[in-house]
Amino acid sequence: MSDDTLLSARGLTLRFGAVPALVDVDAELWPGEVLAVVGESGSGKTSLLNVLSGRCQPQSGVVWYRDPEGRLADVHAMPQPALRALHRSDWGFVHQNPRENLRMGVSAGGNVGERLMARGARHYGSIRAEAIAWLAQVEIDANRVDDLPSTFSGGMLQRLQIARTLVTHPRLVFMDEPTGGLDVSVQARLLDLIRSLVARLGIAAVLVTHDLAVARLLAHRIMVMQRGRVVEAGLTDQVLDDPQHAYTQLLVSSVLQA
Amino acid sequence: MPYVAVKGGERAIDNAHAWLAETRRGDPAVAEIGTEQIAEQLGRAVDRVMAEGSLYDPKLAALAIKQAQGDLIEAAFLLRAYRTTLPRFAHAAPVDTAAMAAHRRISSVYKDLPGGQILGPTTDYTHRLLDFALLAEGAPPPAPQAPAADEAMPRVSDILGHEGLIEADGEPDGEPGDLTREPLAFPAGRDVRLQALARGDEGFLLALGYSSQRGWGGSHPFVGEIRMGEVAVEITPPELGFAIDIGDVTLTECQMVTQFKGSRTVPPQFTRGYGLSFGHADRRAMAMALVDRAMRAAELGEEVTAPAQNVEFVVSHCDNIAATGFVEHLKLPHYVDFQSELETIRRMRAEAAALPEAAE
Amino acid sequence: MNTGYNFAYLDEQTKRMVRRAILKAVAIPGHQVPFGSREMPLPYGWGTGGIQVTASIIGPADVLKVIDQGADDTTNAVSIRRFFARTAGVAPTTHTAEATVIQTRHRIPELPLREDQILVYQVPQPEPLARLEPSRAESRRMHALSDYGLMHVKLYEDITRYGHVSISHDYPVMVNGRYLMAPSPIPAFDNPKMHMMPALQLFGAGREKRLYAVPPYTEVRSLDFDDHPFRATRAPHTCGLCGATDSYLDEVVLDDRGGRLFVCSDTDHCETRREAGGARR
Repeated sequence: MSDDTLLSARGLTLRFGAVPALVDVDAELWPGEVLAVVGESGSGKTSLLNVLSGRCQPQSGVVWYRDPEGRLADVHAMPQPALRALHRSDWGFVHQNPRENLRMGVSAGGNVGERLMARGARHYGSIRAEAIAWLAQVEIDANRVDDLPSTFSGGMLQRLQIARTLVTHPRLVFMDEPTGGLDVSVQARLLDLIRSLVARLGIAAVLVTHDLAVARLLAHRIMVMQRGRVVEAGLTDQVLDDPQHAYTQLLVSSVLQA
Repeated sequence: MPYVAVKGGERAIDNAHAWLAETRRGDPAVAEIGTEQIAEQLGRAVDRVMAEGSLYDPKLAALAIKQAQGDLIEAAFLLRAYRTTLPRFAHAAPVDTAAMAAHRRISSVYKDLPGGQILGPTTDYTHRLLDFALLAEGAPPPAPQAPAADEAMPRVSDILGHEGLIEADGEPDGEPGDLTREPLAFPAGRDVRLQALARGDEGFLLALGYSSQRGWGGSHPFVGEIRMGEVAVEITPPELGFAIDIGDVTLTECQMVTQFKGSRTVPPQFTRGYGLSFGHADRRAMAMALVDRAMRAAELGEEVTAPAQNVEFVVSHCDNIAATGFVEHLKLPHYVDFQSELETIRRMRAEAAALPEAAE
Repeated sequence: MNTGYNFAYLDEQTKRMVRRAILKAVAIPGHQVPFGSREMPLPYGWGTGGIQVTASIIGPADVLKVIDQGADDTTNAVSIRRFFARTAGVAPTTHTAEATVIQTRHRIPELPLREDQILVYQVPQPEPLARLEPSRAESRRMHALSDYGLMHVKLYEDITRYGHVSISHDYPVMVNGRYLMAPSPIPAFDNPKMHMMPALQLFGAGREKRLYAVPPYTEVRSLDFDDHPFRATRAPHTCGLCGATDSYLDEVVLDDRGGRLFVCSDTDHCETRREAGGARR
């Protein structure tokens, strides 16, 4: 691990019964860069995301995280309170289904303000103002701040989830198919938003997707997974324009034919 | 010896019933229990059986309890079955609980109110210490008496209503549904839901009401009022054209005052839950009111997250006659369907054993 | 006194168990300590937690006051006082100043308490997060991780929806800057009395099988926002019996045309004021 990598994983192995989810996987992430993990369903990409973010324990291997003070921490050796604190501040997790990460019975402002309040914010006016500012950043109209998410469209819910996640300026965000399940036009707008936010805020991200176009648009580097192994990795454009591994070639060509 | 197919089902049943009759009687040296004793001295059991049996007749309920050897669900079943045989000759007018001759009337939301706080013959403040004096017979000392006050007893819901603090009773819209005549259909209106609760299993209602207090769909309830006493039952025979009083029933009524609804712009009002039961049945009426209110969650714009708020779940499962029938039916022979299971499981096990080991 | 029972009903082992739980609770202010609550002759929900705490700490030399809604003569206070008369025979009192142990439901006495007194609260729901998160396993985790976002969000929503916090009683407090605590359904008006109280405050929840404590002179702060500070509100009336303008009042309905009388909920406070000449009629 070099002196300035943000996240580093070595030898990750995970099986569910007889099924290999991860087989000896390595990964590196630098500050401010977006790493896409692509593959078909069953490739292990979601398992990798869960292990990297500490949500799932690997059977072997280690994940190192470098905190803002430059200290290294073993994500899976961390005590629960520390990991939860990390998830509430320095890290973010954007779920494919925004309902999993939103309080549907709480107003948009309350959803966005929660992490601020968890960190000690105690001025209602300021919390609401910051929530409104973030809603604007994700292109949600300020006058929706008191509305319940149950009145939001799918695309709006996803943008609300993103606001809720980014409000504490995390340095590292894990994203699991953030545009999955949305209409194509809504996807395009959302991808554009994610790209500009990530670039502007200097956020590092691990992005899981089955959609190569999403990877190409958002990611600096890409890892291709098949049946739990990384078959190819490198700069996104290089890998997608000139795939070396047979499976990568298959993936790329099936997109072109579609 | 070769197997001979079992016969004699009828004789087995007859023998079982004969033995049952003997067990029901118990030791012949012990005095037989009288239905009058049950009606007089086990009144709470009688009240429960009447409620769940959906039939107000303390004598019949007492008989059912004797016949069921004290199994109250079995007794309610007997009453329900009897009810099926009874023709319906009239509908009573809705009883007027405001005109109740109340033996008991309490409110937890006011320290004092017109009509007063009247405890009635309640167990509320007894200490639950076994009273071994009751092993023997003996008359209790006469309770102090005083003439009943003639004071008006306005409803707490009306007192709150005068200030506009509580939602109105709601206008009746058309004829109420009748669960005893028509099958249940969803979505179920409040009339049908209340009927289902009124005849629902007390334990089930109690557990659901309890769950709503502990956070599974809470409505922050207060007992606005509980009143227990006699109300007149009136019908209007078509030949007469005016109402006549055909008798009294004892009822327990509970009005719960629950979580207010409103906002900065809409003046908030308390909402309500309602419970009504035959006889003296605080626990039942209160649980019913809690569950009634919980089931109104969707109508009141609240998130439906908990079992007590799930109308279909509550109303489908609160009838203990249906429940016990279906649960206990599992005792019936199922060996034909089970045989098909046996064949299937044997086949699957054989297939699994025959598979080559899965490659790593 | 009924000699068939041990002093104060519980056997000595049970009292020791409760006292150990109390010591743990005092050591971690505001933290809920599970204890092996017993079935008592009064029903769960009617004060069995308070009764078990009182029974475990009370001695023959103590003077016991029992109040419910602030009054000594409400039915349940009478019932509990009778229980201790039968099983412990300790001297009862209705005067707050004379009591060494005060068991209370839903009120803190108006008279400030002293270091030599203990206030035992009857608690229906010890978990302040219960209505927001019914799962005990999850709320335990929240307390352990100091993860109270759910409660903050609730307060935020109240201000958004109503313009102010809508919680009127059992108003959640932060104890010693660490644990979120349910003070029991005392009116919000009483919350400030808990802060830096010289007396020991013990909280017993029999049905939920938890007890907790606020040691003397502990910081107790009601949750609020800087720009929506907590306010201790009461009915804007005067006591119709003693003239007090700063005590918590009960509303007595006189008729169904809106006639009302407001009187001090703390009956001892009211009587003491009347005896001292503060009477209005």
